[in-house]
Amino acid sequence: MDQKKDTFSLGGHEFTSRFILGSGKYSLDLIRACVENAGAQIVTMALRRANEGGLANILDYIPENVTLLPNTSGARNADEAIRIAHLSREISGSSFIKIEIMRDTKYLLPDNYETVRAVDVLAKEGFVVMPYMYPDLNSARDMRDAGAACIMPLGAPIGTNKGLATKEFIKILIREIDLPVIVDAGIGRPSQACEAMEMGAAAVMANTAVATAGNIQMMAEAFKKSIEAGRLAYLSGLGRVREDRADASSPLTGFLRDDEREE
Amino acid sequence: MTIRLNGKKRELEEPMTVSGLLSADGYRPELIAVEVNLAIIPKKDYGSTLLAEGDVVEIVSFMGGG
Repeated sequence: MDQKKDTFSLGGHEFTSRFILGSGKYSLDLIRACVENAGAQIVTMALRRANEGGLANILDYIPENVTLLPNTSGARNADEAIRIAHLSREISGSSFIKIEIMRDTKYLLPDNYETVRAVDVLAKEGFVVMPYMYPDLNSARDMRDAGAACIMPLGAPIGTNKGLATKEFIKILIREIDLPVIVDAGIGRPSQACEAMEMGAAAVMANTAVATAGNIQMMAEAFKKSIEAGRLAYLSGLGRVREDRADASSPLTGFLRDDEREE
Repeated sequence: MTIRLNGKKRELEEPMTVSGLLSADGYRPELIAVEVNLAIIPKKDYGSTLLAEGDVVEIVSFMGGG
């Protein structure tokens, strides 16, 4: 099929790549190769107090045509996230923002209630709001109603590479929420990204899985391919599962042997 | 004159604009955002925004992150 026509939309912007790449935990000089190997059109980053001049800045390493997706990491409530969103827009010049609000520094689980509040305020201000969230259907509906551009449920706690621990709940969100569902956090292997795409996720976001791989650039490419494979599988419709018995793939006639009953 | 810059005390010897502070410290304006007393200063106003005693200034930029 023509992959160019298989797009998904965030705030009216069309994307063909379904791999959103994080930029944390690896060196700046690998970012360009990673983005290229990943085929990523969206790259996340964090806002922090700036180092004084003279030091390398991540924006010098991100290819021009890539959409910057700043996150609000470090925010502990909606007000802090809103402040970070405003500062981020000042630098990026675009209104894409990934809401991340955590009160818990051990498991880094998102605070859905505060996230809904932040989505509400920022969507009204015209941001393309992409909320990282715990996969809860009620919260997802609230985020949708508040104007989120997508929802980003976690597969497992951030940085754990544990995969789709929340699979059944993400499936519910995919069935019930008429927005792109982007699986974010916890995805550790290409096979897990592929499975998320087979389930009907619109995209997958990964950072640690790539950043902690033996060969970072090669893993970026592995994720790209697995995400494309999973997407194709979803579009084609998975074959059915048969539980009660086997079902031969080869014909059951014309074997090179005589039928015993005829002897 | 003392301001608070990115969480630390900073002595300024003379009246200084945001532009002056940025160039004194070598920041590239296109890579940063500046907040004074919780209000974002638009880039076009860096040259006309004078810092005052006790101002709380934040200079932020992007870093790698998920």
